Amino acid sequence: MSIQLNRLNRRALIKVGAAAAAASAVPTGWAIAQSSKQLKVGLMLPYSGTFAQLGENITAGVELLLAEKGGKLGGREVQFIKLDDESKPELGPQNAERLVKRDNVDVLIGTVHSGVQMGIHKVVKESGTLTLVPNAGNAAVTRELCAKNVFRTSFTNWQPAYAMGLALAKKGVKKASWLTWDYAAGTESGEGFKQGLEAGGAQFVSLLTLKFPETNFQPLLAQIQGLGVDAIGAFFSGGGAVQFVKDYAAAGIKVPLCGSGFLTEGTLKGQGAAAEGIETALHYGDGLNTPKNNAFRAAFKAKTNRDADVFAVQGYDAAQLLAIGLEAVKGNLEDEKALHAAMETTKIDSPRGSITMSPQHNVVQDIYLRKVTNGENKVVSTIAAQLADPGTGCKM
Amino acid sequence: MRNDAWGEGNLRPRLMTISGLLAQCLNSLQYGLLLFLISSGLTLIFGVLGVINLAHGSLYMIGAYATFVVVRATGSLWIALPVAMLGGILLGGLLERYLFRHFYKREHLDQVLLTFALILLFEESRSLLVGNDFYSVPIPTALDFSIPIVEGFSYAAYRFVVIGVCLVLAAALFVWIERTKMGAIIRAAAEKPEMVDALGIDPRRVHMTVFAVGTALALTAGALNAPLSSVYPNMGDGLLIISFVVVVIGGLGSISGAFWSALLIGTIDTMGKAYAPKLSGLAIYLLMAIVLLWRPTGLFGQRT
Repeated sequence: MSIQLNRLNRRALIKVGAAAAAASAVPTGWAIAQSSKQLKVGLMLPYSGTFAQLGENITAGVELLLAEKGGKLGGREVQFIKLDDESKPELGPQNAERLVKRDNVDVLIGTVHSGVQMGIHKVVKESGTLTLVPNAGNAAVTRELCAKNVFRTSFTNWQPAYAMGLALAKKGVKKASWLTWDYAAGTESGEGFKQGLEAGGAQFVSLLTLKFPETNFQPLLAQIQGLGVDAIGAFFSGGGAVQFVKDYAAAGIKVPLCGSGFLTEGTLKGQGAAAEGIETALHYGDGLNTPKNNAFRAAFKAKTNRDADVFAVQGYDAAQLLAIGLEAVKGNLEDEKALHAAMETTKIDSPRGSITMSPQHNVVQDIYLRKVTNGENKVVSTIAAQLADPGTGCKM
Repeated sequence: MRNDAWGEGNLRPRLMTISGLLAQCLNSLQYGLLLFLISSGLTLIFGVLGVINLAHGSLYMIGAYATFVVVRATGSLWIALPVAMLGGILLGGLLERYLFRHFYKREHLDQVLLTFALILLFEESRSLLVGNDFYSVPIPTALDFSIPIVEGFSYAAYRFVVIGVCLVLAAALFVWIERTKMGAIIRAAAEKPEMVDALGIDPRRVHMTVFAVGTALALTAGALNAPLSSVYPNMGDGLLIISFVVVVIGGLGSISGAFWSALLIGTIDTMGKAYAPKLSGLAIYLLMAIVLLWRPTGLFGQRT
């Protein structure tokens, strides 16, 4: 019995091996001929864990745009290959390799977590696979590590924080501090806040940090009164943001709290009354009454039975940008020059407003001031129109 | 990427105000008492059973997640707290009876492997049962208000409740260890195990009791702190390390040592985080090194 099994296995193995060898021996000319056929799009996103909902909404945004285009991009049918990256940075490079080398995707869309993004970036910088970043905001991807085949349709951590600093300064705040976790997103946003304050003529007093993802905010909260500042800005997200906003309210601190939009994004239900009145800055918000946004929200609701959020918009725009590139080259990804040029110069009508790409391939967009009102992040005004990340250190 | 001015700002001690200092003292007390609940179990188990329980932080995590699950189902923290306490006694008893009992006579390396395996098991079960999300646990509505302490800083009423419960538990533990027969046996088992054997006391009962109480303390700490810290994967890891420092400074196996050392570490850590964040991580370990050089058996440990 066991001998037979072994023989079967060996035979199967030989077959698979032969098929693999044959496939890899196919000349590239044949692959080009395929370009009029299916377009393989890898979706490397979190479909489980803390960020699962973000991954789902980004995917729904991408699928929505594809449906609008009748299921085709640049004349090619689209086949999605979904891979759950679990937001695990240690699996980032290996998962990206799997999509790029084994599944041979033509395009990669991903991801949410900054650490995983670095893994993807390493792989696609080498392979040259066209990549669209639908969330992760780590600056490096469009600064010192920028690549001609990588485009980001979400934000850099710097952008909303810079706008928040600027808004405070314009409102007459003289001094402010930034409070965050001691990790890349926290310190990058702190840097943006500092520059925004200074651009508006206000003074940045200090950066207060605690270890990620610690939630004992008390030692920091107890010293805010002693800082002598007119405002506190903060970057936290998810469950940490819920806890922080609640603790800030419970501590009865008189200094007003503001922050990067993520402080109150998708967390308002948990924060309840503690969040009312908090001002934040982000590239999207509730009550943006434009025809494009209304249509998008209605379509998203019809498709998923959920309300659209900033992540859905970022996914939708990644697909919009991809569609524009592919249409310009009629689905022929080999024509990289024309493809990249089309994506770099286009102006996209996004649900958030109109957006373009910076020379470093990061999104240039309006940043809104929002205020939590009756459990919604109501847009108050545009703080910074068409704000671009500095893109420092990018050589393409 | 981070520019130097940032690091410098963080290194420089921050401005201290008297009112701020007062608030920080309260924070220190509350954090120190929480550390005591966790490290008292750790020090008891090490003192009596000679086992270094690396899974102690995971037990804290289990207490917090159990609280989250019970509060979500029943809406009441007052049900969750006794559930965590009794569940801890049960879990500790079972762990001792079916696992740890077989490891007392084995090398420390085997014990470390066992407790390390338990960490992985507990975290993986948590991931399967509740998922990897960050959840907040609401404070009971009756306690959801704040009491002004100093100008511009109030203290949530629930934090006072935590301080009170910790003090009651600490007193009960102290009376139990110092004033009861079982406590005397436990102290004897920690200091002179041969005497306990010679007196004909069944050590298995002592071992199971100590392990169950130690585990219950860790789960209770997790349950009490869940509304203050939220619950998230691996939340016990950092606390495990710092609890080891508490145990080492206090003296292995000493409950009163763990108490004073927990308050000391709580204060140093809180003040450090508030006034010199880049140094706060280092300060605790520096203190541990100094104590170890000066008194190798810890502040309250038996001198040899």
